[in-house]
Amino acid sequence: MALQRWFDRAVRQSGGGAIAGAPKTWGLTVVRDEWRQAAEHMAVHGGRLLSLWASRDDNGDDVVRAAYTALPGVLVLSLPLTNIDYPSIEQWFPAANRMQRAVADLSGLRATDSDARPWLRHAAWPAGFHPLIHINTPPSPAVPAIDDYAFVPVAGDGVHEIPVGPVHAGIIEPGHFRFSVVGEKVLRLEERLGYVHKGIERRFGELPMLGGHRLAARVSGDSAVAFSWAYCQALEGMASANLPPRVAWLRALALELERLANHLGDLGAIGNDAGFAFGLAQFSRLKEQLLRASERALGQRYLMDFVVPGGTRADLSSAGALMLFEATESIAAEVDALRTIYDEHAGLRDRFVGAGVVTPALAARLGLTGLAGRASGQAFDLRCDLPCDPYGTLAPTKAVRAEGDVAARVAVRFDEAAESTRLMQRILSQLPAGLHHAAISIPDEGASGGGMIEGWRGPVFLALEAGAGGVIRRCHPHDPSWHNWPVIEHAIIDNIVPDFPLINKSFNLSYSGHDL
Amino acid sequence: MWKTLRQIGRTGIVTEPPPASDDTLRIAGALQSRILDVLGRALCIRAVDAGSCNGCELEIHALNNPLYNIESLGIRFVASPRHADLLLITGPVAKNMELALRRTYDAAPDPKLVVAIGDCGCTGGIFGESYASCGRVSNVIPVDVAVPGCPPSPHQILSGILTAISRVNLKPRAS
Repeated sequence: MALQRWFDRAVRQSGGGAIAGAPKTWGLTVVRDEWRQAAEHMAVHGGRLLSLWASRDDNGDDVVRAAYTALPGVLVLSLPLTNIDYPSIEQWFPAANRMQRAVADLSGLRATDSDARPWLRHAAWPAGFHPLIHINTPPSPAVPAIDDYAFVPVAGDGVHEIPVGPVHAGIIEPGHFRFSVVGEKVLRLEERLGYVHKGIERRFGELPMLGGHRLAARVSGDSAVAFSWAYCQALEGMASANLPPRVAWLRALALELERLANHLGDLGAIGNDAGFAFGLAQFSRLKEQLLRASERALGQRYLMDFVVPGGTRADLSSAGALMLFEATESIAAEVDALRTIYDEHAGLRDRFVGAGVVTPALAARLGLTGLAGRASGQAFDLRCDLPCDPYGTLAPTKAVRAEGDVAARVAVRFDEAAESTRLMQRILSQLPAGLHHAAISIPDEGASGGGMIEGWRGPVFLALEAGAGGVIRRCHPHDPSWHNWPVIEHAIIDNIVPDFPLINKSFNLSYSGHDL
Repeated sequence: MWKTLRQIGRTGIVTEPPPASDDTLRIAGALQSRILDVLGRALCIRAVDAGSCNGCELEIHALNNPLYNIESLGIRFVASPRHADLLLITGPVAKNMELALRRTYDAAPDPKLVVAIGDCGCTGGIFGESYASCGRVSNVIPVDVAVPGCPPSPHQILSGILTAISRVNLKPRAS
């Protein structure tokens, strides 16, 4: 098998050692031709691009890296560069386009044969400034300049444009959508993101290794547990930490709680966007119950700093476990009843079925991932396919649909909400006794590791490198929204403009997690 | 349909009553009368995410759930700054959002109130000031009240809104 060959080489090159942290992850240094060849093999044989980023090694030389997931595990390719360009892999992995443009903005390295438009850089800093390699920040313009982005023009009889955002008419994150429409029908949507870029990757480089989890938790606030766990997984792997078994179980409890809370919120909001305010009222009530139970049991409504290096911030008492068990039991029963109402509601079915379709073939071609991917036949879930502790023991059931429409994304959420409550209840009844925290050492300078957690939206990946004096040298957090945002541009084609909020909400992608 | 109606009936009204003994809910009651005194109508809020991680947005959303039921207190979220009495701003202000935030502020009619939400809105939070972040909201537009927390709870956000209303003497609008 062509893919196995790459993994075998990686194992040989690293002397059998895997990358610290994430399960089944190996690194391989390649040359330019192999960089493209590996991408092609991955694309042809069912591998998936997980992330693409750049960093500087010990000698100040630039390296571009790509992480792929495939059946044997995760392969992190490193391509050391002698000048500023490297081969684009966009033709095999379309989602790489924006990642490569982000690398150009932040690190000044350019992919060949790609779109040269900036992506995360708007007008706030000059083109020659690359925040991950230049230390001195140029002065900001006194009056903020206007970002003049080259949208792809659409012309023709009756075609007009609708610009939307960055400030949206709701309580939502900012981003810009440029619709080219005829009447109500959308011919083309082009996204412009990067508005909430706040310099997260550079900020990581100013933080201590043992403090980076706090920033990781705030990459995307709705995925705080996923990102902070991915960070700690990488860090603890690098530190060769030996943690009490209770730690992983408590983290999994928090992760499933986060998944359930987000799914409840989305199920209500999606119903509301289809004109069913009842759904929002009911699901937001259940979500509030869950958050209050979380606060009573674990001390926080949103588990921002629950996962800390070496363990969890708080422990769970047996009374807390019992209370949380009862809360999830009652919520699960109510969600079940509401699912019947959603399934039988003619108005909702009418709006959900056939809206925003992403066929499995298109999903595979574009690399749709996570929850939305599973609604389009992309049966990949880190918890099942590359499980970290305790998911090997918990053995979650994967929720997969093939229809790829709003209805399928709703159905996957219902399935996963039910599965998360089952997992939480199993964790709560079988939680290993012992400590919830262990001291860990600071990894040596030059150590590197990876973290990989299936967040509620999809696979969250994080690459971490240790610098001198216990400070982070490089940390790259990667949200699955990078892969899924471009797919929304396809999902909306031939749908009507008023269905956009519904379709968009059915994906519910992160702006902050993408803009960094 | 009957299942929907049964569910509505079974759920009943879950909005928490504002008993005087509960401090947090007393805030809500006081807020309602203050809004009526000052505006004589609903307080209209425009929420703007100027660079937040989306954590604060989740808690602002919660204000609309049936337990907090903020609309019953005479507060509603509106879709345009031109309809707003108060701007609720989250996040450190990303430099890429600075212009949009200034324009939103300018578009809101005077007199207007600004409440910065969350540790980032108050101080820049963990993101601080950088090539990409202007830091706290008050570095960009005038702020009346800043509500710390990461994220602040719905009650804390409500309390911040009350503080803004009581601190500034808004003149009643002509009806």
